[in-house]
Parts: sequence; structure tokens; C-alpha cells
Amino acid sequence: MSLKIYVPRDAAALAADAEKVAEAVLAEAKIRDVEVELIRNGSRGMLWLEPLVEIERDGIRHAFGPVAPGDVRALFDADWGDHALALGPTEEIAWFKRQTRLTFARVGVIDPLSLDAYEAHGGLKGLRRALGMTGAAMIDEMKESGLRGRGGAGFPTGIKWDTVRLAEASQKYIVANADEGDSGTFADRMLMEGDPFSLIEGMAIAGICVGATRGYIYLRSEYPEAIHVMNEAIRIARARGLLGPSVLGSDFAYDMEVRVGAGAYVCGEETSLLNSLEGKRGVVRAKPPLPAIEGFLGKPTVVNNIISLGTVPVIFERGAAHYRDFGLGRSRGTIPIQIAGNVKFGGLFETAFGTSLGALVDEIGGGTFSGRPVKAVQVGGPLGAYFPRSKFDTPFGYEEFDGEGGLIGHAGVVVFDDTADMLGMARFAMEFCAVESCGKCTPCRIGAVRGVETVDRIARGEVEAIPLLTDLCDTMTDGSLCALGGFTPYPVMSALRHFPDDFHANAKEAAE
Amino acid sequence: MPIPPAPADLEGRLDAILADHADLEGPLLPILHAVQAEWGYVPPEALPIIAKGLNISRAEVHGVVSFYHDFREAPAGRHMLKICRAEACQARGGQGIEAAAKARLGVDWHGTSKDGGVTLEPVYCLGLCATGPAMMLDGRVVARVDKTRLDALLAEVEA
Repeated sequence: MSLKIYVPRDAAALAADAEKVAEAVLAEAKIRDVEVELIRNGSRGMLWLEPLVEIERDGIRHAFGPVAPGDVRALFDADWGDHALALGPTEEIAWFKRQTRLTFARVGVIDPLSLDAYEAHGGLKGLRRALGMTGAAMIDEMKESGLRGRGGAGFPTGIKWDTVRLAEASQKYIVANADEGDSGTFADRMLMEGDPFSLIEGMAIAGICVGATRGYIYLRSEYPEAIHVMNEAIRIARARGLLGPSVLGSDFAYDMEVRVGAGAYVCGEETSLLNSLEGKRGVVRAKPPLPAIEGFLGKPTVVNNIISLGTVPVIFERGAAHYRDFGLGRSRGTIPIQIAGNVKFGGLFETAFGTSLGALVDEIGGGTFSGRPVKAVQVGGPLGAYFPRSKFDTPFGYEEFDGEGGLIGHAGVVVFDDTADMLGMARFAMEFCAVESCGKCTPCRIGAVRGVETVDRIARGEVEAIPLLTDLCDTMTDGSLCALGGFTPYPVMSALRHFPDDFHANAKEAAE
Repeated sequence: MPIPPAPADLEGRLDAILADHADLEGPLLPILHAVQAEWGYVPPEALPIIAKGLNISRAEVHGVVSFYHDFREAPAGRHMLKICRAEACQARGGQGIEAAAKARLGVDWHGTSKDGGVTLEPVYCLGLCATGPAMMLDGRVVARVDKTRLDALLAEVEA
């Protein structure tokens, strides 16, 4: 009887020596003359346990982790049973069990490059259903699902699609934004590495709905494993008739390719991304015209986040109502929250909107990795606000975070312990903006440089520069063309507002 | 750093690269990636040839090359170490790793160690934010980096 063993190929597992673990499993199996079926799956998302190795017994998968290459022999000795690294059945692990996995249902479960496994787990049902629907009916389905842009802007996906559908043009495009540059986020990477066909299926549904026959995934160069898996998946999809002149034998044509970014954070902004895709400098475009009217090469273009597009198949598979019934207020469905930074149990936690920030950090995240008290939590990437413990009752939702002077962004939650210097973090936000500014608008290009200088003055004890910093942030907020300059004030001002002591540490005594 | 001589058979290889990308919409970034994969940097001599091939100005090509952090205008060291500077890695002690790498290599960001062995670049997020500090050495990602791990990995490539 062959032994079915899963060793993830997700970058987070590879970065923790999963490749050597996989080699050790095969080597050990050979020595013992045990027949092993090794499956390289995506990650289950419990990243503190990576590499998390699973073994399947009687259809139930049992987890072991974190497994070092040197542990493999002892695990075989224990017959993959009673061992210090044994965690029990994977799906019974409390951290995993309390999630609602819709978008990430297959991630970590299947071999990401097996289209058969994808279909066996519900894949392509959504696309098959969509092929029998009119474009208008598909739009209704999307609108009813309540899905909003998961890149952070939260714009209703169905409305965006409808604008492109109704636009008249000789060519339309679907562009997937995989320029996931926000610190603390890795959901796009995990989906592309763990379930690439869901993104392909979602993009094909979008293409059929709006009448776009071509698509691009703009994928950041910092994600080599995702680039590799996505390219392989597209090749397989083409060979199996999922992509090409006749999608699944229908009258619809749709094909797509991966385009690799070149290390510019601002290209996550949709108009800058489109310029980059066209082979230009990644400079932001003024809106209007909206990309839905004049996008890639001036043609109507749907630009959606990876998670938005990757969620489309499950909406069509199970119906809009199933998705919509999760969530709170105007934030419908589930959100893959990425718990990161100085946290004990970090990883990808997909759940309905509405969980409080405190529950995410303390209960699910288990507090800090360092064991020290939590000082601040940055939500929504480098342009997101720092939240103090007093705001931990904020429920995870678009409007709820906006109401507290923050944003959920791409749903990254980065935890800091009490050693964090919030003035230093404010400086870093300005420095990052200066490094990554595309240079088109003055408040961002020059404001960020002046911001670094002003924070440095405050650090030297010139607290009279604080009103200047506030004023500068107002200018950047009101005058910047895109979110880079416009939102950099979120981390800066939240740090100043909630942690004023860090800005007064070196305050010079008033002149006597 | 002295300007290196133009690579041998630059034109021949460039023509092939341009031909490979002739059917793409918006081909410039894929072309520049291919050029960098070939020579490790984008040789200045390549710019007019690319410009001519795409029927755009040299200034446009230069503008694109200089806009993106990934494209190098001069060769890097034999090895490339990218350390994540972003917030999530900072929260897990990333700055200590940055300092240790700079001290060991004797360089600041974008610098190459004296023997030409290792170039140090910052990177803003490798998507390994729950298991930082993270870095990438010659395209291979490494998480949970501490000083011992950093030293061991650098010793490996410097050997």
C-alpha cells in the first residue's frame, strides 16, 4: 500500500526548507522500501507550522509541523503516528476549523497543477454554469453576491464589469492585478501558488461576461514561485481546452498570459499597472477616463485584484446568495485575512467579515511571537493606519475601518510589540513613499521627501514641527493623484495620534 | 564601478530577443527582462537597438529602464542578496538582519562587496510576512532569518 504524503510547494514552505523535506521523504522511503506518493500542495495557511507535512490515512489527512529535513527519519520511525510534531487531523486544528474557506477552499488541499483534482473539488462548475447564462444575468449574479474589490478600494465588482460589458470596442481585456506589494499581505501569492486554476476560471468567467477575449496577470517579480506555477497552469489550461478559441467547447474565446512586473510598488495602482503593462514607466494616469472605458491600450478593461477574480468561481458554483449571506453591513462574503508580523500564530485566515481586530490579534494570532505586549497593529499594508489596543473592538469591514480613520486594504494585519518606535514607523512610511513615488504629482513626490525631513526634526526634539507634519499630511491627502501619496498620511497620522509619546521622547525643554 | 565593455554579439542576441517578442502587446518590459536575464544588466549599448526595434525614442527606453528598481544599468556582483525592509519583517527584527548584512559585506544598500561577490539590495515585501525576517539569495527565498542563518548562507555563496 502506498503512503500518500503532502509537502507544500508554497513559497512560505519553500523558504523554510520544504524542498529538502520533500527530498528527505523520498530518500527515506527508498531506504525503507516504502512506496510513497508525494504530492506538492499549496499551503494550508498555518504559516508558523510550515513546512506542514500531511499524511493521508483512510481519507483523513494528518498534520505534522513544523518539519525540518532532519525530522523525517524519526517521523518514518514513528510510522507517521505518535510523534512530538504530530498535530492530529489537519482540518480539526482549531485555527483551521474556525475559518470559512470559500475563496481558499482548495488551497493546500490539492496539487495546484492537477486540473483533475481541481475539478474533483468543485472547479469549473462555475464556468460551466456561466457559459449557459447571458452577460446581463452574470452581472446580476455578481451584483447580488455583493463582491467588492479585494485590492482595497472596495468598489463593487459587478458594477465595474457592467461598465466594460456595455462599452463598445473592437477588443476588451481582463487584467488581474497580482502586484501584491503591501507588507503583511500574501493572499494573492498563496492563491496563485496553491490554486491557480481558480484565478484562470474567474478570469475566463469575467472575459465571457464582458466580451473580453484576452487577459493578463500582472505578477510582481518578487514572487518567482507564483510566476512558475501560474505559467504552468495556463499551459495546462490551454492544452485541456479551458483556454483558447473555444472555452470548454463553447462559442467563447478567451486566452491569457502572465506579465512580470519589475519591482515598482506603485504599479499596484491600476492605472500605473496599465502603463507598465503597455511597456511604459509605471506612472499614474489621471481618472477619468476610467480603465473600464479606456484601459489597456485605450480599450475597455476590467482591472481586478487576484482575490476578487479568484472568488468569482465559487460565487457561480454555489450561487450569489450563498456568498452574500456571509459578512456584515455592506461587506459581504468572506475575506482572507493575513495575520503577520510579530505574531505567534501567523498565516492566512479566511472568515466572514465582522471579526473584531482584537479577536484576530489576540485569540487567533495568539498575541506576539516575542511574548511582549502588543503595541500597535497596522492594517492594510504600508498605506494603512496603525491601530492601538483601544481600537481592538473595530469589526473587520470596509466601512467599519474607514470610520476609525483606517482602511482594510488587502486585509493584511501586521502586529508590533512594545519595542516598536512609532516615530520610526512614521518616518519609514514617508521614506517608502519617497522611494516608490512615480513622480507625477507634487504632493507625493516632494511631500514624501519633506515628510522624512520633518519627522527627523521631530526626532531631534523639535516638537514645534509636529503641526507642520500634520499640515503636510493634509496636503498629501487632498492633493495626491493616487493612493500612494494620498494614503501615506494614514500610517503617519495614526502613529502621531495614537502614540504621541513616541513623538515627544526627545522634546527639548521650553526655553527658560 | 567602471563601465563594462559591451557584451559580445550584443546586436545578434538583441535581434533574436526582439524577434521573440514581436507578437506581444506592450513588449518592452518582457524584452528588458529577457535582456537582463541574458547579461545580468541592461547594457547601455542595447537601448538604441531596442528603441529602433520598437520604433520608440531612446529616451523612452531609458525612462523605462531607470523607472523600475529591477533593471540594472551596470552588472551586479556574482550573488544577489535582497533583504525585506517592509513593516512586517521590521516587526520581527528585520532591521537587525539589515545591519548584520551591511556590516558583514561592508556595504550599504545597492552596494557590492569589495571582492565583487555579493550585491545587497532592499526589497519591499517577499510575501513571507508571517515568517519574517525574510530575504532572497540568488532567487531563493529564505524565511525566519537570524544572524546565524544569514552568516551560514553568505558563507555558502562566498566559498
